[in-house]
Parts: sequence; structure tokens; C-alpha cells
Amino acid sequence: MKLKTLTLLSAGVLALGSWAPYAAAQDSMYMPSMTYRTGPFAGGGTPFADGYADYFNMLNERDGGINGVKIDVDECETAYNSQKGIECYEATKGNKPLAYSPLSTGITLALIPKAPVDEIPVFSMGYGLSAAADGEQFPWTFVYPASYWSQLSSILKYIDSQDGIEGKKIGFIYLDAGYGKEPIPLLDQLSESMGFEVAKFPVGVKEMQNQSSQWLNVRKERPDWMIMWGWGAMNPTAIKEAVKIRFPLDKFIGNWWAGSHADLNAVGEAGKGYLAANFSGIGQDFPAIQDVLTHVVDKGLSKVSSRDDVGNVLYNRGLFNAVILAEAVREAQAATGKSVITGADMRDGLEAINLTEARLTELGLPNFTGEVTGSCGDHEGNGPIFIQQWNGSDFERITDLIAPMTDIVRPMLEEAAATYVSDKPDWQPQACG
Amino acid sequence: MDVLLSVFVEPFQEMLAFPDFFLQVIWEGFVAGVLYSLIALGFVLIYKASGVFNFAQGIMVVFAALVLVSLHEMGVPAWLAVVLSLGVMALLAVGIERMVLRKLVNQHDAILLMATIGLTLILKGVGQLFFGGEPKPMITEQLGLPTGSTDLEVFGGLVILQHIDVAATVIALLMVIALAVFFSKTRIGRALRAVADDHQAALSVGISLNQIWAIVWFASGIVALVTGIMWGARSEVSFALEIIALKALAVLILGGFTSIPGAIVGGLIIGIGEKMFEVYWGALLGSGVEAWFAYVLALIFLLFRPQGLFGERIIERV
Repeated sequence: MKLKTLTLLSAGVLALGSWAPYAAAQDSMYMPSMTYRTGPFAGGGTPFADGYADYFNMLNERDGGINGVKIDVDECETAYNSQKGIECYEATKGNKPLAYSPLSTGITLALIPKAPVDEIPVFSMGYGLSAAADGEQFPWTFVYPASYWSQLSSILKYIDSQDGIEGKKIGFIYLDAGYGKEPIPLLDQLSESMGFEVAKFPVGVKEMQNQSSQWLNVRKERPDWMIMWGWGAMNPTAIKEAVKIRFPLDKFIGNWWAGSHADLNAVGEAGKGYLAANFSGIGQDFPAIQDVLTHVVDKGLSKVSSRDDVGNVLYNRGLFNAVILAEAVREAQAATGKSVITGADMRDGLEAINLTEARLTELGLPNFTGEVTGSCGDHEGNGPIFIQQWNGSDFERITDLIAPMTDIVRPMLEEAAATYVSDKPDWQPQACG
Repeated sequence: MDVLLSVFVEPFQEMLAFPDFFLQVIWEGFVAGVLYSLIALGFVLIYKASGVFNFAQGIMVVFAALVLVSLHEMGVPAWLAVVLSLGVMALLAVGIERMVLRKLVNQHDAILLMATIGLTLILKGVGQLFFGGEPKPMITEQLGLPTGSTDLEVFGGLVILQHIDVAATVIALLMVIALAVFFSKTRIGRALRAVADDHQAALSVGISLNQIWAIVWFASGIVALVTGIMWGARSEVSFALEIIALKALAVLILGGFTSIPGAIVGGLIIGIGEKMFEVYWGALLGSGVEAWFAYVLALIFLLFRPQGLFGERIIERV
């Protein structure tokens, strides 16, 4: 009985110990990582989380951190569940985090109002609320290197460059959730100005692996091109269904969350020809990624299940997320003269981002992505995308960088940003002059 | 007037104008229905024998399929992997009987349901611990399942039959026949029916409840493995597959919780109904109606025939 009591007490002490608040060391900075290595979207969340953590760990191992200060990457599992994401935020915001990358549009939307209150910037890289590109209205949120709206405009430009878009019918298949619906206002507007017809095919979250109805409708509607705003198990299912109805895969373009190795590995050779947007380089042939292999993966410090996973689409995207944050840390350190910075300093660092091709080359990522330049008013960076194509076993980049239709998209983003804040009397915008 | 036309006239005109497409819709609905029935069958087997609504059936589908593909990834030949996966499902069945059901005999139905929710979380955690969260492709070709398609030229158009869908239909049919024979012709099957009818009476004539429960959970595990293979071949093996099991709830409400034919008929009604409704009437409601069609149909059944098409009418005297 005494032994049992002792065991229980020990377990209790251990449990309490695990809940002890994080104690930030002076020689490190806290960088939370919201991950989803579990749940229905783990196939995408896992490589992203690996790339994110491995880059920071590479900086720690190779350079001793950023300007001598190590980055402490702390994962919190959200399972792509907004409620769990908010719990992660509340549990870790006291650890002096530099920034949050929510990796979910749902979590991002919940954190946007919290960011100015807690003075911790939110960096939703290429996802989240497109309107957050307007830095004047959203001082604490960043969507580098491009918003969903900009991405859609680049995809439409690509279609237009192939065989003209005017008079064509564009099918839009999307996850019937906030993320999937996000680009629809722009799609509707551009359909009028560019003269194409749109047919929409929503896919419920519960129907991700059961899409035959949607693809029967595609067969009925006979669109000339299909665009997909999918995620997780929705993507391979959609591509398999497209093959089933003999839809030409070289006229089927996924957005940058519908074009990863995790999506196509289950499709294999049958998915040959499928297109997808991307903004981060593919493969291991970059000096920075070679350093990750040498200093992290080969030392057994990475969570990747195989060395070959390094360099795949989502791994590199997670890595790029970390590259932008690391660069913002450097900018903030340079601007403040401090080695250990705060969330507010980090916000200023993110606004000062200037990833030119020369700088990317210096970082070991030549031709990895387009240039990303932020400012007080521009939290999007006006990033271009490229199109990649599945060759049956891997993705190949097939286009140069395609710039977004900034002249059309930017006024719409500003209008959407103004609408977002219009019913929030306490909202604090910033003046950018 | 336009609305009336688009509800009562235009869809039928479209069916007549494009009969090949109409047949394709029916076929796709039929295949989906068969696959829903397979999931529902797993629920029915356990509910019949133990009165437990097994909330873990969906994760059992994922778990069985993950065991199979992971064993193959480790270099185990495909058919040996199937045998070993069945072994794992048998161990799981015995484990559930020993560690969960045996300790909860005579407890309220709600407690048993909660136990299966707990089981879901355990299987999810164990599955992710051992197999990781990443999706895996189903080993369709290695199992000798057919791929490719056959084009049928009908009414001047084309109906495309995927070979894997044909195989799924045939396998589901064989499984239903095998289960029907097992329940009606074998000693264990008769014992199982006796347990389903009356636990106390079955015990009084010497039937081992524990043994029957283990057998029925194993049978449900076999159904889960077959379901996982078929759904996995259509998409991929991932934890998202678990969500599809929710559709089986509607199938069960339609067909009745205790009827194997009910699971089949219910599955087919929902499969064909939802495809037709989505394709011919979906646009009127903004598309995406497939996400709720089955549940609305189930709700209507609950209002007018709560025991389902084939279920036993429950009369409780107080």
C-alpha cells in the first residue's frame, strides 16, 4: 500500500513537473512551433514541422544560433484543430515567444486579434487572412511571401498564358471551410474582368475521401481547367477522381497546399502531369539544405523518418518559414542593438524583411524563391509563385516566377482589410506615411 | 415557376437526355453505397451480439489498413501481411473483450459507448505511435486487386467502370454471403444469434458470452480490414478515413442497427440517393449537399420509422 502511495505521489510530482512554466535562458530565444503531426492532416503537417525545426536547429548547430543567441524551438501539437491551437497559444505566450506561425487559417483568424494585445506577431506564411497583407490595418500579422488572393491571380495568369482564359470555363474545387473559401471573392471578381466562367465544387471536410459526386459534376460541367484549393486527404482523392473521369491532369492546378509529395505519393504514376503552385524550392540542391543534412539530420537531431524526406515540397516550405523568421530576428537585432529581442522587436524585424536574390544566395538558397520585401504597409511582400508538375515520382519546376496581379489584387485586399476592421472600434491600425 | 421547373422537370429531362451519364451516377452511387454498407456491417455485427454501439469502428478501419500497409513497408509479402493483419485484429478483439467488455458486463449502454470512445482514442494514439501520422498508399496492385477501367458504350455515350470498384462490389457481396452463412449455418453463428436475442437465456444454456464477444469483434475487425483496403485504394490510408465512418450512422438509422440486410439496403439507398441528389438537385442548394443529405434522410426516418427499415421495433413497458 505504501509503495502504491509512493508511486502515485511520484507520478503526481512528475506530472506537475511537466507543467512547470518554461524558463527562458538568457542565451536563447523562444520560438513556438504549432504542429500537426497527428490527425487527418498529419501528412502535410509533419514534413512542414520537420523543415521548420531543422533549419533553426541547423543555425544553432552550425552558427551557435543567430548572432550568438540560440533559438529554442518548442513544438505544440494542434492536430489542425483551432481550439487546440488557441490552447497552445495561451499555454506558451508567457514564454516570451518571438512570433507564432499557426499553420492553420482557423488558428490564424483566432490569433489575429490577440497579436496586438500580447505584442506577439503572427506569421501565416502564404495562408490565413489575405487581407492581412495590408500592414496599415494589420500591424501584427504577416502573410509573406504572398496571400491566397495573389496566388490565385498568378495561377489565372498562368492559365491565360497557356491558351487564353477569356471565354473559358474554370472549375474551382475547394475544401468547404474557411481556408477553401478564402479566394472565392477574388475569383468571382476576376471572372468578370477577365471574361471566364466559374463552376464551383465544394468538398465537405467529412467528404474529403469520398468525392465521386463532385467529379461527376465536373464531368457534367466540362470545365476547361480545374483549380484546387485542397488540403490533406482531399488532394490525392481529387487527383484520383480526376484520373477516373479522364480529366487532363495538365489542366488541373492545385494551390500551394495541394501540391506536395505527401499528396502525390499515394497517386504515383497515375498523377503524371498534375500541376501545382509553389513558392519554395524543391530538392536538396541548396547549400543551406546541405548544411541541414550535415549538421542536423546526419547527427540524428531531426525527426524526419528518412534522409530522402529532406527537400520535399512541404519540408522546404517549413524550412522557408524558418528562414523568414530567422531573417526577421537578424533585422530586429540589427535595428535594436540587442541580442535577445522581444515580440515587438520581432514585429519590426518582420516589416524590415528584404530577402533579395543576393541575400538568399548568401543564406545558401540561390533561386529558391522570389524576392520578398516587406514594409510598414506591405505585409505580403508581393511574392511571385512558380508552377511545378508531377512527373510520376517527383515534382519538377516548369515555369519562371509568375508575379501576382498586384494592380487588381492590392485594392481588393485593402478594401477587405478596411471591412474587417470596420466593426472593431478598438482596433489599432498603424500609419505608414 | 422556375424553381418548380428546376426541381420537378429539368433534372428528369437531363436524365433522359444523357442516359449514359445517368447510369454513371447510379453506378458511382452503388459503389459508394456498397462501401458505406461495409462500414455499417462492422457496427451491426457488434451491436447485434453485445448491444454495444462501437464508436471505434471507424478507427478500426484505419488501424487495420495501417497495419497492413506498414507490414508491407517492412518487407512482408502482401498476402502474408493480410494474414498477419488479421492476426493483429484477432489479438485486438481478444484484448478488447478481456480488458474492456468483460469488466463492463451489465453496465448501462452509455457506459459501453463511452468505453468505445476511449478505445477510439487509444487506437488513434497507438496507431500514430507505431505507424506515424503520414498517409500511406494502399498496396492495391501487390494484393492482386485490379486497377484500370473498362469503358461501356451505352446510349451513344460512355460509362466508365473502375476495376477496383467492381472488385469492391464483388468482395462486399461475398463477405455478406459468408457472414449470412456463418450466422445461420454454423454453431457459433447460432450461438451468436442467441446472445443477440437474450444474453441471460444464452448464458443459461451454456453459451460463453466472452467467447462470442471476442469472435464478433474479430469478425468486425475482418470487415474493418476489407473496408480499409477498399477505401484506401480509392484515396490513401490516413487517419482522415476515420471520418467516413460517420456516414455509417445514417446507414444504420435507415437500415436498422441489428440487421445485416438493413446495412446493405441502407447503404445503397444513401449511396445512390446522395449522388443523384448532389448531381441533379445539388446546384439548387449551392452544391455540397452530399455532406448532409444522408443525415437529413436519417432524421426523416427517425421521425417516421425510428427502428429503421429492417430493425426490430422496440416496445418498452413501464
